[in-house]
Amino acid sequence: MSPLSGSGANPLRDPADRRLPRIAGPSGLVIFGVTGDLSRKKLMPAVYDLANRGLLPPGFSLVGFARREWANEDFAQEVHDAVKAHARTPFREEVWQQLIQGMRFVQGTFDDDDAFERLRSTIEELDKAQGTGGNFAFYLSVPPRSFPVVIQQLKKHGLADQTGGSWRRAVIEKPFGHDLKSAEELNKVVHEVFEPDQVFRIDHYLGKETVQNILALRFANTMFEPIWNRSFVDHVQITMAEDIGIGGRAGYYDGIGAARDVIQNHLLQLMALTAMEEPASFGADALAAEKEKVLGAARLPKDLGKSTVRGQYAGGWQGGEKVIGYLEEDGIDPKSKTDTYAAIKVEIDNRRWAGVPFYLRTGKRLGRRVTEIAVVFQRAPHSPFDHTATEELGQNAIVIRVQPDEGITVRFGSKVPGTSMEIRDVSMDFAYGESFTESSPEAYERLILDVLLGDANLFPRTEEVELSWKILDPIEEYWDRHGRPAQYKSGTWGPAEADEMLARDGRSWRRP
Amino acid sequence: MKIDLTDTTAGDINKALVQGRRDIGTPAVGMVLTLVIVTDEENAYDALKAANDASREHPSRTLVVIKRVSRSPRDRTTSRLDAEVRVGAEAGTGETVVLRLYGEVVDHADSVVLPLLLPDAPVVVWWPVNAPLDPAKDPLGALAQRRVTDTYAAEQPVRELSARAAAYTPGDTDLSWTRITPWRSMLAAALDQVTCEVKAVEVEGEEFNPSCELLAMWLAERLDVPVKRLLSSGPGLTAVRMNTSCGPIVLDRADGSLATLSIEGQPARAVALKRRETAELIAEELRRLDPDDTYASALRYGVERLNTAPEPQSTAAEPEPLEEAAEEAAAKTAKAPAKKASAKTAKKAPARKAAAK
Repeated sequence: MSPLSGSGANPLRDPADRRLPRIAGPSGLVIFGVTGDLSRKKLMPAVYDLANRGLLPPGFSLVGFARREWANEDFAQEVHDAVKAHARTPFREEVWQQLIQGMRFVQGTFDDDDAFERLRSTIEELDKAQGTGGNFAFYLSVPPRSFPVVIQQLKKHGLADQTGGSWRRAVIEKPFGHDLKSAEELNKVVHEVFEPDQVFRIDHYLGKETVQNILALRFANTMFEPIWNRSFVDHVQITMAEDIGIGGRAGYYDGIGAARDVIQNHLLQLMALTAMEEPASFGADALAAEKEKVLGAARLPKDLGKSTVRGQYAGGWQGGEKVIGYLEEDGIDPKSKTDTYAAIKVEIDNRRWAGVPFYLRTGKRLGRRVTEIAVVFQRAPHSPFDHTATEELGQNAIVIRVQPDEGITVRFGSKVPGTSMEIRDVSMDFAYGESFTESSPEAYERLILDVLLGDANLFPRTEEVELSWKILDPIEEYWDRHGRPAQYKSGTWGPAEADEMLARDGRSWRRP
Repeated sequence: MKIDLTDTTAGDINKALVQGRRDIGTPAVGMVLTLVIVTDEENAYDALKAANDASREHPSRTLVVIKRVSRSPRDRTTSRLDAEVRVGAEAGTGETVVLRLYGEVVDHADSVVLPLLLPDAPVVVWWPVNAPLDPAKDPLGALAQRRVTDTYAAEQPVRELSARAAAYTPGDTDLSWTRITPWRSMLAAALDQVTCEVKAVEVEGEEFNPSCELLAMWLAERLDVPVKRLLSSGPGLTAVRMNTSCGPIVLDRADGSLATLSIEGQPARAVALKRRETAELIAEELRRLDPDDTYASALRYGVERLNTAPEPQSTAAEPEPLEEAAEEAAAKTAKAPAKKASAKTAKKAPARKAAAK
């Protein structure tokens, strides 16, 4: 599907030879903001893990760019420590020896022209010494306000120019703006310098095995798709809960809030994958087309006051630890209206889903860390059993557990052993770790490899980002004008208002 | 936990498996395949250890079939089946049953294995040593979708390759082939980087290592150029040199872990190419259970078509008689190790008795 980079007619490549992994062509990765948490905990280990699995090309180069006064050796030491601490696969000296040859560090700030000149000469030097062939991906692990300046600098110093068949790609992290207008501006800034198909927006959820498995579950099987519609599904709940607070991210989080931070990207993407029609192929264009159709068909209920809830965590006990409330956190304005919990109801106006609500919720300091998609089915229209027999029977459900403990649970009724007829809910479980590799690749490994291969399947496009903002913007505007976030005790499953919101529809939240 | 069953039947073993799972509190487990290991007592420990490590990636029911040698006519007429059922922490992520077969039942191992296979799940048979001449026709091999042999463990590896080629049935595979996947992927990646035509290839590696022949045959089959097989003192494969229209491409690994890739006009680069453990090989083998057509076409290319100049047994001869000779020789070889193995065990037994005294 994705042509391998390099020459097309390699006689050693054969589609039938499935042992040979997809190895990226000659290339390098430049990380801006390389001293940050994400880089140390996720990106550097992912690069090592890829190398360890033999998926990086010989001569792969890693360039760090940051303000710190480091020499190449200090940088290599930093990567070494990060890899030792966070890599998924065991540390092997020979893999490290392979990687270290292509490691460079460029010191400078984002507005420093000299530094970008040095970056350019570093890249040229790597092309000569490592044979990277001018193919570089620029990973912008930087605060959103620095995006424009870095992108402009790349343009100014000719770093984004693709010459002689080589490629230059930009990898950007969320947030992709904070509303539709800013997202459009950001897209304009990026697309001025990089071609749209060379821009990769990382939504690390889409790199997770379970999320990709949603497509396998739905479209590779026959037993789920026939009931995946309004005739059988009662409603869908998509939850992403965190047990931590905002930690040290006050500066970033305040004013953004849970809905912009999580619902706009992760949850709406999960909703799109759950609700979309079958794509014509598994190619990037076909997938994006189907996701865009679903996001375009999403509608908000008229009364936003009754169909959305936002909250802020108050002090309390979370898993045996005493924790403080959001408004007491360091660096947070005590009058802040930022939401740390958000729940919304979305309807999808098409023939498959008309009348089936999708409830999306996310929050910090909730009961435990969990992400899941629960498709809850309607009750049987008629039951031959009398009322007492089915008193304890709930609704059937298929739950796709995205993290942790990736897997799928099916809930259905079963007879309780004994002489009387009594039917109760039981669960049938499929756990990834049980049937497949214990070491399924980290999302970032998959995504970095896809960037180097130029495979855009798992990356949201400009249109998807803008459509998601179109769904969220009216809610944020309504919240700005009306009321304050409800307070909920840390360690619980959110404010009472959220329960009331579902109770009004005659439903209740699952306890994940 | 471990349950020992002496003089038992497959039915009782099944009961013990259910009981064992119930006792440790996991009545249903998501095992994806049954792995049958056919081996002798000598190799059972290592093979089982590798399989348990691999089971972390592929939870499976592992059946170890150990055929015990009978040393008297009386022993040969009686038959007995002993089993050791392991579930939980002792069996990796799956379940393990070690089956010891004595006497007549040795020739009917399939009757013991068949009732113990997981329903609906694929079956893989692995012979760490002494693989049958025609794996697909073997009673145990016939139960499996995938039959894993290892020519590296054979007495005459290169002749064994010819025998494998003659008997090839879709689903056959060889750990010697699995061993070279990293080499193959690195060579393919090297050719990705250039647009030249390959003229000739040299594959260099230790003697009696069929991986070198398999790699040479694969290159010869894919590239359609003459491939020379050269000997070195190892470890394993040491170098592949491709002579191309734009200069040589060399992948050189002298120490068995870190290799150097040199392409004309490009800087030399270090690449990690570590020799892998058996557990990793088995894990790779279990990842795909469909026939490996690439292996088939490489194997069928034929060892005799390689220019194996310093190889004593396949020097200058007419091509046709050579093929026959190879087949004949292979037939002999296949019998020989079996004899040899029994001889070994027989020799060992008195020693053990002596020690007991």
